[in-house]
Order: sequence, then structure tokens, then C-alpha cells
Amino acid sequence: MSQEPRMIHLENISKEYDGVTVLDDINLYIRKKEFVTLLGPSGCGKTTTLRIIGGFEYPTTGRVLFEGKDITDIPPYKRRVNTVFQKYALFPHLNVRDNIAFGLKIKKMSRAEIDKRVDKMLNLVNMNGYGKRSVDSLSGGQQQRIAIARSLVNEPEVLLLDEPLGALDLKLRKEMQLELKSMQQQLGITFLYVTHDQEEALTMSDTIVVMNTGHILQIGTPKTIYDEPANAFVANFIGESNIIRGTMIKDELVSFCGVDFPCVDSGFGENAPVDVVIRPEDIMILGEDIGQLTGTVKSVLFKGVHYEMMIDSGDFTWKVHSTTMQPIGSRVGLSVVPFNIHIMHPMKEEAK
Amino acid sequence: MTNLKLPAWAGWAMALGLALFIGMVALSVRRNHGVKRSLFATPYTLWMMIFTILPCILIGYYALTDANGRLTLDNFRSFWDSNYIMRENLRAVAGDEMAATVARGSVNVDTLVYSLWMAFLCTVVSLVLGYPAALFMADRKMKLGSTLVVLFIIPMWMNFLLRTIAWMSLLEDNGLINAFFDWVGMGRVQLMYNQEAVLLGMVYNFLPFMVFPIYTSLSKMDPKLAEAAQDLGCNSFRTLYKVTMPLSLPGVISGITMVFMPSVTTFFIPRVLGGGNTRMFGDLIESTFKTAGDWNLGSALSLIMMILILISLSILRKADPNGEGGGII
Repeated sequence: MSQEPRMIHLENISKEYDGVTVLDDINLYIRKKEFVTLLGPSGCGKTTTLRIIGGFEYPTTGRVLFEGKDITDIPPYKRRVNTVFQKYALFPHLNVRDNIAFGLKIKKMSRAEIDKRVDKMLNLVNMNGYGKRSVDSLSGGQQQRIAIARSLVNEPEVLLLDEPLGALDLKLRKEMQLELKSMQQQLGITFLYVTHDQEEALTMSDTIVVMNTGHILQIGTPKTIYDEPANAFVANFIGESNIIRGTMIKDELVSFCGVDFPCVDSGFGENAPVDVVIRPEDIMILGEDIGQLTGTVKSVLFKGVHYEMMIDSGDFTWKVHSTTMQPIGSRVGLSVVPFNIHIMHPMKEEAK
Repeated sequence: MTNLKLPAWAGWAMALGLALFIGMVALSVRRNHGVKRSLFATPYTLWMMIFTILPCILIGYYALTDANGRLTLDNFRSFWDSNYIMRENLRAVAGDEMAATVARGSVNVDTLVYSLWMAFLCTVVSLVLGYPAALFMADRKMKLGSTLVVLFIIPMWMNFLLRTIAWMSLLEDNGLINAFFDWVGMGRVQLMYNQEAVLLGMVYNFLPFMVFPIYTSLSKMDPKLAEAAQDLGCNSFRTLYKVTMPLSLPGVISGITMVFMPSVTTFFIPRVLGGGNTRMFGDLIESTFKTAGDWNLGSALSLIMMILILISLSILRKADPNGEGGGII
């Protein structure tokens, strides 16, 4: 991990609305120049977390620290963070240029300086020549760019982005992901990004924070989160997985579907109940008699790069990704190398 | 009505109009081989013709004719100079010299100017009082907001004449307020029969028409816009000034229209609360028709009023070209 200083630190943040707990004891820090993504399903509390940092919500308990100073009671307009809102929230009564210049005019900057900075921003977001246009005349992607420019022009220490690409089509979203990432690296600004799109999170982030029902489930690099999910929820939310109940016989040996599998995990104790997670692309399809398990192909879907097959091994139906297709009804053998078997503590029911 | 003086051609014109209308409906049914959807608009079209278009034509006719049905501009001259007819009559009897001694009577013009001034005051006061109320009502964080909406609506369920008369019992010398003043030992004060009482009655009656269009445009506003303004460095006051107020402008314009227009033509309120000391253009038109029985001058005054309203409408429409203020204009 980088050794940059901590920009934002959330300490024991909880938030309740009318007695319903939305955030439960959140502890999180974000380092300078880091690209952190809050990832989770809708209602997990990620947007509330962002709004608490922006100053639009007040935590029920806990503190928000900014460069070590408590800013919990500081109103939004005095915080050195800027927000890119989900549906852009561009001012419809102002044209593109005046939207971008809004924050600078509030700061009473000189006319010439404002013009210079706005031009620079229009250039950065590839919107040169759009200054006089009304924001209503822009496409969704263009409005998105203006919203980003309007925030970045204030040179915030931290940029908060609330599902900024949610309303764009897939192709544009992919383009904007790369652009945002390169902007962030170019400007060296800390980004805190909220999304429910796991692929977006994996592509852009330095650090991913997986949240559900107001809790942080796991904090880690995209690779850690994907390869070593902390529990079944994370495994299921990040990419596709087969999750099956099993028993840890002893260190490096797990039993599921009535078969003992060698694995690489240890420290769960003996005969302990565990969740076993296996990624669909990690299951190998072999001849019927040489696999660790045998099963029947129930369905086949063509997904472009690979085929997705559902294979029934009696106790469990496995989702398997493979570039070679097995016909429906055929009997196959299944095998997993020890390294690809992920063992996790069983989830508490409430966290699912 | 004893003094109904329809022109001789009115009966024929109505018969012709009706025949034309029935003919067009019949033609439409035949041409479309059955009833077209637009045919259902017929009752409304008929209603509009009888109660809006026909009266307008009649007003125009009366305004441009004299009591004998001859074309004349005397009614408009009488508007400018209320002694015009008297002077001309004198001229016919006693000659130019005597006629010159009759000065110009400015009562009609003065009443119009006074009405415009009162309407302007009423609009300004309503705006100043109504905007904060609308802001308060549209604020999602205020639990009292929706209660306030209901409180504003409830009085509107009652006829405005009743509400105005209710003010009398509050303001009169033996009224509730004076009873209170007396009780605390301040002595009774003359509250009614002055311009302030009329203004109070007008503001009270027209305030909801200012509040609701503004409230509508404010509650349609995305709350994220105010948050964005704060995010970009605006405190609450600046957010109001830079974002909320400009975005509620259509509602404000619509509110101004809905208060100013009926304020100019207000009558009854000045009579009840002003006690005849203040006279507005609405009262003047009414008394010209009913007391003086002069339909021609009354029509001319109405026509002038209508033209003024149309001019103000077109000015206001320029300020709100999309008609976003609830489509009232």
C-alpha cells in the first residue's frame, strides 16, 4: 500500500433514519491521491457514507476527520471536497461555461482567472467550444463531463463521485471509466467513488470497500477482493461464484459434495463448517471418469468469450465457464486445483 | 334586466352563428363517416362561444357605439374626460364660451391609475409575504410544510365575499381587534374605511394565488441543485439567491400575473373595507353599468381594462417563454 498521508478518516460513523440503522460503526480511511471505491448493492449505505463526507448528512455518532482535523460540524460549503452528483445536478438556468465557473465566481476570483481555468477544464473534459451551449442541449455523456469539470475546476482535495456513470450506456461508460482514471492520475486528486457496478470498481480503483446493510465487509485492492473474498457475500457480489456449504476436515483439506478436496487454506480448526467459494472459470471440465466430481450438463449459454454451463453433480449445480462447449445431457468430470478453492467462515445470516 | 339593450342584429347574429356551428358539426360527422373524438369538445366550444366570445364582441360593439347604436368614439373621450358629454351638451345649448368653462373630469383615469397602484402594492406585499411561505412549504425537511399547504387551502374553500365580510367583524370599531385594544387599555382605533384596510383585504384574498405557483415551481426543483450549490461554496443565503430564486422565476411570474390581474379589477373589497372612501376600477365599471346604466361607457372602460391586461400578459410571457409557471398564463 502507498504511504501517502491519510486525507479522510471516518471514525465509528453510524447513521440512523427514524430508528433504522443505515450505517453501523463505519471505520475507514482514504489516503491522498488514492482512488477508493465504495461498492455494494443499493441500500447498502455507500451513498450515505459519501454524503456524510460531503457534509449533506450528519452522522448519528462518530467523527469525520479531514487531514486529521474534525470536520463533522463543518457545513458543505466550507469543506475542501467537491461532489459529482448522480444525475449531474447541473444548473439549468446557466450555460455550460457559467455552470463550470459557478464555484470560482462564489470565490470572487478575477474574471481573467476564471476564464483561464474554465477553458482549461473544457479542454480537459474534451468539451471545447461548448461553453455557450445550454446544459439541456447536451447528451448524457456531455452533461457528465460538465459535471466533472464543474467540480474539478475548484481544485478540491478530494472528489466525491456518486454513481456518476450510472445513466450512461455501456460503451460510453467504459470510455468514461478510463477517462476518469487517467484524469485522476494526471491531476493527482483523491477520488472517492460510489458504484454498484463491480466491474467498474475493479477497473478503476486502487482500493475497493465492499459494503452491505450498513457494514463494511472487506477493504482491499481489486485483486485481493476478487481472489480472496472475505466472505460469501463479497465473493458473490464481485464476479460470479459457486458458493457451497462444506466442512473443513483439517488444515488444507475441505469436504463438500461428499468428496474431500485438498486446498491451501488453514486455521479454521477441525471439522468446522465453512463456506467454499469457487469461481466459474476455475472449474475444469474433464472426461467423465477422471474428475473429482461427475455431473450432467443441464444448460449451455453462449456468452461471447466463453460458454456458461450449469452442471448438476447431484448435490449442487455448478456454474462453469469454459471456452469449449459440452452438449446438454452429456456426463462430464469436474476438477478444481487446490489454489482455486477459497475457504471462508460461514456468513452470519443477517449479513447476507 | 330592464336596461338590457342588445343591438337589433344580435338575435340574427346568434341564430346565424348557431346555424353555422350545427352545419360544421354535421359536415364533420359526414366527412369522417361517424363521430370523431374532437366532436366531444362541442359543448365546450359552444359554452365558450356563448359566454366568452359573444360577450367580448358585445363589449366591443357597445364601446364603439352610443345609446342610439351609432358608431362613435365618445365613450373613450368620456374615459379620458368624464365631463366630455356634459360639455358637448352645454356647447349645443349655450355655445363654445360656456363649454370652455367646464374643466376636464379626470375621475375615470384617476381611478384606473389608483387601481393599478393598489394592484401593484398588493402584488409586492403578496410576493414579499408569499415567497418565504412557499419556500417553507416546499422544504422537504420541514414537517410543518405540508400542514401549511393545507392551512393555505382551507380558506379558499370558502367564498371570498364571506371571507371579506369576516374581516369586517375583525376590523370594525366594535370588532374583535378593537375589543382587544380596549381590553389592554390602548383605546379603540379606526381600522376600517381606509386604504390600508382595502390593501389588507386584497392581500388576504390574493395571497394564495401568489404562494401556490411559487410553491409548485419550488417543489418541482431537484433538491440536488441546492446541494450542488452548497458543494460549490454557497452558504444558505447564496444558494437561495444564486440557484433557488432564479429557478423559481416561472412560478414568481405566474404568481404576479395571478395576483396583479384580478387585483386591478377588484371590486367589493374596497366597498366593504374601504367604505366608499376608496374606489377602484372594478367598482367604477360596476357602477357605470348598474348605477348609471351606461352600458356604452361601461363597455369602453372594460375594453380598456382588457387591453391593459393583454399588454401586461404579453410582457410577462416574454419573461417566461416556456410557460413553466404551471401553464397559467
